[in-house]
Amino acid sequence: MITDSHLRSDLQIISKWITTDSRVLDMGCGNGALLNYLQQQLGVFGYGLEIDQQHIVDCIAAKVNVIQSDLNAGLAEFDDSSFDFVIMTQTLQAISRPDLLIDEMLRVGREGIVTFPNFGHWKTRLNLTLGGRMPVTRSLPNRWYDTPNIHLCTIRDFEKFCQKRNIVILKRAVVDISHQPTLRTRLFPNLMGEIALYHFKREIH
Amino acid sequence: MPDFNPENSVGIVSPQTMHFEEPLALDCGRSLKDYHLTYESYGSLNKNRDNAILICHALSSDHHVAGYNSPDDKKPGWWETCIGPGKPIDSDRFFIVCSNNLGGCKGSTGPSSVDPETNKPYGPDFPIVTVKDWVRSQEVFRQKLGIKQWFAIVGGSLGGMQVIQWSIDYPDRLKHALVIAAAPKLSAQNIAFNEVARQAIMSDPDFHKGNYYAHNVSPKRGLMLARMLGHITYLSDDAMRQKFGRDMREGKINFGFDVNFEVESYLRYQGNAFVDRFDANTYLLMTKALDYFDPAADYNNSLAQAFKHVRARFLVISFTSDWRFSPARSKEIVKGLLDNYKPVTYVEIEANQGHDAFLMPIDDYIEIFSTYMNTIANEDGL
Repeated sequence: MITDSHLRSDLQIISKWITTDSRVLDMGCGNGALLNYLQQQLGVFGYGLEIDQQHIVDCIAAKVNVIQSDLNAGLAEFDDSSFDFVIMTQTLQAISRPDLLIDEMLRVGREGIVTFPNFGHWKTRLNLTLGGRMPVTRSLPNRWYDTPNIHLCTIRDFEKFCQKRNIVILKRAVVDISHQPTLRTRLFPNLMGEIALYHFKREIH
Repeated sequence: MPDFNPENSVGIVSPQTMHFEEPLALDCGRSLKDYHLTYESYGSLNKNRDNAILICHALSSDHHVAGYNSPDDKKPGWWETCIGPGKPIDSDRFFIVCSNNLGGCKGSTGPSSVDPETNKPYGPDFPIVTVKDWVRSQEVFRQKLGIKQWFAIVGGSLGGMQVIQWSIDYPDRLKHALVIAAAPKLSAQNIAFNEVARQAIMSDPDFHKGNYYAHNVSPKRGLMLARMLGHITYLSDDAMRQKFGRDMREGKINFGFDVNFEVESYLRYQGNAFVDRFDANTYLLMTKALDYFDPAADYNNSLAQAFKHVRARFLVISFTSDWRFSPARSKEIVKGLLDNYKPVTYVEIEANQGHDAFLMPIDDYIEIFSTYMNTIANEDGL
């Protein structure tokens, strides 16, 4: 059984945004730790979507309903408003069209939650402006040629994107690599935050 | 008996037969006055009688799922890769049962059985049976075995379809449904292949409108053609290329119609081997059962509605190179379950063996299958 102290702290933050007994879709659910936790602690009913075979084995062992699928193909198997929450952690930046996938998230779910590495962090900025090299940092360890991250954005980019697309941000958390919020990440999120977490929904006029 | 201890096998097993005297009403409107089902079982039923697993077999297979009927057997049962000690369906843990479907030719009542009313084989008079009929007969079988609920029902291909039917018709009688390389119904292309197979059998001069038993012959050429055609659909283009390529038996073109390419030799061998062990009327019946399978038809053609009262948890597995029942067909099953928020796990195994992959010892497949069985068994303390 996964308890609070074993769950990655960014997942702990997310779990506080989820209501009990809700229906949850976790896109790119990895080893199923979050869903397993939500099932046990909050009584949610959920499905995980995952492409990697080894992760799927882990999900099965964690008693998580997992559907092998490629997120780049969209969510055609799900009807509109099927879920209370659609979650995507640390995957947005590796998707071929994040804008379309966020639309899909808000089609099948009432509310969305995403987390991504903040490209506006001071170290990434320093890497590029002073070093003249593509940033390689703690939260972005890959090099330009082997990175799965093809659509990186900053905190400001994401918030502009939401504004343009009539997406209301309900909650935001900005943390460092160990997923802890600090005074610095609170004061200068786009400069000091390494990982950004957002809870949002579609604005209804 | 000499020592015979094949590794990781249930070893020597004997089929049993259960007789049923209550008539069984069939979908076609007729009924079977009395009938018997032949089955095999492995492992032992525990004290709570809650570790029983029913295996449903595919088109041309039977109740002999695992082990050997005699030390002289050249080959074990058809799912030896997945059933036995330490295998995904572990005979040290579960009580595993498989019955030959009604209409079969391996012991259960079928066209080649003697009709007690005429004292002659049923032949073409054997009623057309459906997957629903099979499930109905197995439900009576379950009661006679004294099993309150199957821990799981598991099947591949046509057997997977039977699992689906079970989950819909008797939702309380199974906890887990494992549906492998199946489809929610046949496509026009699937039916077309079956029709060619049937025509091959029925146009054989030895068919005698299905009464060939009386003539002491059987439509061997037709059945062989049907089997050859079937085999093409079980393999992928890629698997055939790898297995045979354009290899020639004598290494050169022989400008004749005798076997020249290896693939021709393989198909003829498979066809010939089949006619010695299978009844043509049964083949006709089984292909019809496949064609007619459509559980959604009883529910406004909506699979989602059909699955509404399902209580089993599902594992659905497909194989990337299976074009007979492709991953897209398995996803239709999954969609019907998702629409109802039913617990389901879906896995698409990377495999180049085509439809036959579900019988093969593919590492990823075995790992998924084992992990699933192990997890659900642990959950129930089995």
